[in-house]
Amino acid sequence: MLELIDVIKVSAGQTHIHPTNLKLERGTLNVLLGPTLSGKTTLLRLMAGLEKPTSGEVRFDGKNVTGNPVQSRNVAMVYQQFINYPSMTVYDNIASPLRVAGETVDVIDREVKKVADLMRLTPLLDRQPLSLSGGQQQRTALARAIVKNASLVLLDEPLANLDYKLREEMREELPKIFAATGSIFVYATTEPSEALLLGGYTATLHQGRISQFGKTIDVYRAPRDLVTASTFADPPLNTIGATKNGASFLLDTAGDGKSATIPVPDHLGGIPDSGVTLAFQPHHISLAAPFSKAPALSVKTLISEIAGSESFVHVKFEGRRWVILEHGVRNIDPDININAYVDTRHLMAFGTDGLALSAATPEKAPEKASAKAPAKTSARKKRAG
Amino acid sequence: MDKTWNNKAWFMVLPAFLVVAFSAIIPMMTVVNYSVQDTFGNNEFFWEGTGWFKEILASERFWGALKRNLLFSFLVLIIEIPLGVVIALNMPRKGWGVSLCLVIMAMPLLVPWNVVGTIFLLILRTDIGLVGHAVDSIGINFRYVGNPTDAWITVVLMDVWHWTSLVALLAYAGLVAIPDAYYQAARIDGASRLSVFRYIQLPKMKRVLLIAFLLRFMDSFMIYTEPFVATGGGPGTSTTFLSIDLVKMAIGQFDLGPAAAMSIIYFLIILLLSWIFYTVMTNTDEQT
Amino acid sequence: MAKINLDHIRHAYGIRPSSPNDYALREVHHEWNDGGAYALLGPSGCGKTTLLNIISGLVRPSEGRILFDDKDVTHLSTEERNIAQVFQFPVVYDTMTVYDNLAFPLRNRGVGEATVDKRVSEILEMLDLKDRARKKARGLTADMKQKISLGRGLVRSDVNAILFDEPLTVIDPHMKWVLRSQLKTLHRQSGFTMVYVTHDQTEALTFADKVVVMYDGQIVQIGTPAELFEKPSHTFVGYFIGSPGMNVFPVTLEGKKARVGTMSIDLGFAPKVDKGQKTELGIRPEFMEITAKGMPITIRKVEDIGRQKIVRADLAGQAVSIVVKEDSEIPSAPHVTFLDQGINIYADSWRVGRKA
Repeated sequence: MLELIDVIKVSAGQTHIHPTNLKLERGTLNVLLGPTLSGKTTLLRLMAGLEKPTSGEVRFDGKNVTGNPVQSRNVAMVYQQFINYPSMTVYDNIASPLRVAGETVDVIDREVKKVADLMRLTPLLDRQPLSLSGGQQQRTALARAIVKNASLVLLDEPLANLDYKLREEMREELPKIFAATGSIFVYATTEPSEALLLGGYTATLHQGRISQFGKTIDVYRAPRDLVTASTFADPPLNTIGATKNGASFLLDTAGDGKSATIPVPDHLGGIPDSGVTLAFQPHHISLAAPFSKAPALSVKTLISEIAGSESFVHVKFEGRRWVILEHGVRNIDPDININAYVDTRHLMAFGTDGLALSAATPEKAPEKASAKAPAKTSARKKRAG
Repeated sequence: MDKTWNNKAWFMVLPAFLVVAFSAIIPMMTVVNYSVQDTFGNNEFFWEGTGWFKEILASERFWGALKRNLLFSFLVLIIEIPLGVVIALNMPRKGWGVSLCLVIMAMPLLVPWNVVGTIFLLILRTDIGLVGHAVDSIGINFRYVGNPTDAWITVVLMDVWHWTSLVALLAYAGLVAIPDAYYQAARIDGASRLSVFRYIQLPKMKRVLLIAFLLRFMDSFMIYTEPFVATGGGPGTSTTFLSIDLVKMAIGQFDLGPAAAMSIIYFLIILLLSWIFYTVMTNTDEQT
Repeated sequence: MAKINLDHIRHAYGIRPSSPNDYALREVHHEWNDGGAYALLGPSGCGKTTLLNIISGLVRPSEGRILFDDKDVTHLSTEERNIAQVFQFPVVYDTMTVYDNLAFPLRNRGVGEATVDKRVSEILEMLDLKDRARKKARGLTADMKQKISLGRGLVRSDVNAILFDEPLTVIDPHMKWVLRSQLKTLHRQSGFTMVYVTHDQTEALTFADKVVVMYDGQIVQIGTPAELFEKPSHTFVGYFIGSPGMNVFPVTLEGKKARVGTMSIDLGFAPKVDKGQKTELGIRPEFMEITAKGMPITIRKVEDIGRQKIVRADLAGQAVSIVVKEDSEIPSAPHVTFLDQGINIYADSWRVGRKA
């Protein structure tokens, strides 16, 4: 188990990591999700021991390892660039950590073959890395990280330099490979869809702070605050300011006399009348009513993008840019006014402090900036908004 | 950035530290020691205070040598930097020519200082030297032993021959690091050869050129061996640079005190000028 | 703005190609419309970058001609072809201001300052860079630098085409959405012919009117995003476009029916397949429905990816992926049915049409 306790990282007067608490269990896959410069790499380096926290503690299986150098930590790291020993064969590359550890030839041979089989590298063991495709090179690097049976494997955007389709295949494979070992995996990525495909647990990062940590799908479905919801949205989250007034939300308009309202759905019924930010995912607004009483809003179309099975219709509503995700091919002319229907069953509301509001949890969770372990379901349920 | 501690690293540094201490710090302290005392040998020392410093700073001889040093460095830099850049721009980027060029460029750098002096002496001799004889036969009276201008030409020529390739190699390293996309974009934008140099190559070479400039400045300011071998500082004092003067003073005249004071002043001047150049050049770098 | 003709173009990097396999680009013969938005889509090494370089003039094709508006430009250099290009990594002139960067291509061509100012101001407006105009280009974010690279192409009213070489590689996901839609708007406003190279299906499909799918040195299909999705003409297109890709099963045909294992699927037409050809049925995960009746499947795994679920299952011993909606329930004894419009039949990997 890896624990970060009140870890802070300040460098050259700039705070890179705000007080962070995180508990990662053995045998789990943990995604660090956030845009470039949100602190993902720094956090990985702190976990690895490549950097020392300015204050706070890093514990491994209850033992304080803060300040212990990376060499003594049994950590493996995989980078965005494909890093292998170019003059060695794939076999020797995978064997290298075991050789350093002084394993016997038999053990090395057995372990290398086992991992090569898992990573589907067996036919390539005699090749040199530079003669392989990008995907195979990265698989070699992954195999090297896995073979040493490190207790902590850190992956910094490992698929970013691969072709789209290869990425897709690797994403499907990786969870299986991870499950076959007992290590803690930490996987940094900028892409929400990648986090969802990998599953496991996700910590969303924003400007050096972990905004939420929990089971990936729970974080996605029930973000605790607006920052988490926007970090975890691809296409971008649609938002609009509104005021709750009894049974309806009065949407903020440009002030040209028009007004727009949407009824308050059941799950938001319990929140007090006040100013809120409403948010919904692009697939929760559509050009056809999802159910009979779905509220219609008049939006102006900007552009439509067709992506095969679905289309993204970019629209403007009262100065806000929204994306509507439609199934099938929808090519809609730009600069026309049409009706869009919000699926209020999935509507999210956030208070002025950015925290999620819901009937189930009227009291605002005064928890610490980052969440504790996801181990107990009861703790998670309370947080879910 | 504070990395995790690894105390073993200090032990690794220790040998190097000891070597530096013996070769630089201890002699340096000795020099400081000499510069404030007077000695006639026999390990008898008399406190002199700042006397030697005042004497050096007041002497014609010092200022004359300093001016010659500055002029020499100026000439060397103004010739070698542009010439090195021009050579680098014309070196091939790929193919067999690359290694050939690199070997040829590296050759002068491998020749020791005193050998450079000797080579030039031989070449410039009017009786048996190829260049000297040729120049003489077309009616130019080139006498580096007797004529101060000719002596200067010789010394500068030696340095240019010896060190331009260093500048060229550094500039070349800067040039090959520029991605092809930049050149392609410039062609697409219809940029002239000059614009490509001005807006792509020069900005990208700036850092290596700064290093080349500093290296060449420091090195040329400390010039010793070549003029010592070729002209011996003459004719008269026309090529007597600070370093030559210093050796004359310390070994020729055994004036250890003034020589020590002068070395310290010399050292401080190099340090100061290098620092000024560095600050000015990196500042303009940030503004742009 | 120009129409681009690729006239029997082939290219090999070696000196003397002896077999079709020696060609990095096998045979490309197409006409691209003036003002169109084209995407070249394919995995690395499929020849898409070679084709782009042939259009831009960096590579001269071994065989064939390239014409802009019926003018042969095969032997013209990049600068003579009057094209603009945006590269994978942003190229800006660091020491110049944003304004000067945009003015650079015009000034190089001796355009008067008054015209330069007018054009540059227009582009600054279009790209949303007005308040940065007087700032140095160095230190800007990657997406702004990419906009400047694009702007240097847009600023010239005479360019024949604007080429993009994986321009969003270094851009964050959220910024990609913004840039993509801006690019599309710009294409509509400017009317330039644009060619966009990428390995990312989403970028290709959302950008282009016509997507050119390349595989192993040849074009396997040119079509609208909808055509590529609904009627992939080669199993590779089915696999490469869509995530997850198309499910492909070996089948045996019996008139208007296709047999998968012990099950029979009604096709509604009799595909014409020659004897000895490998016959396959392709159906996208989106055109399969999990129901209580139909063909029985065994579910191995359900991946909840947020807006939808991917069901990984076995159908008659074949691994299949099925996409279901976010809120849908999966019955306890799951069966699957195929939607008619999603069924395609392939003979030796190429699609056999309904009217064949």
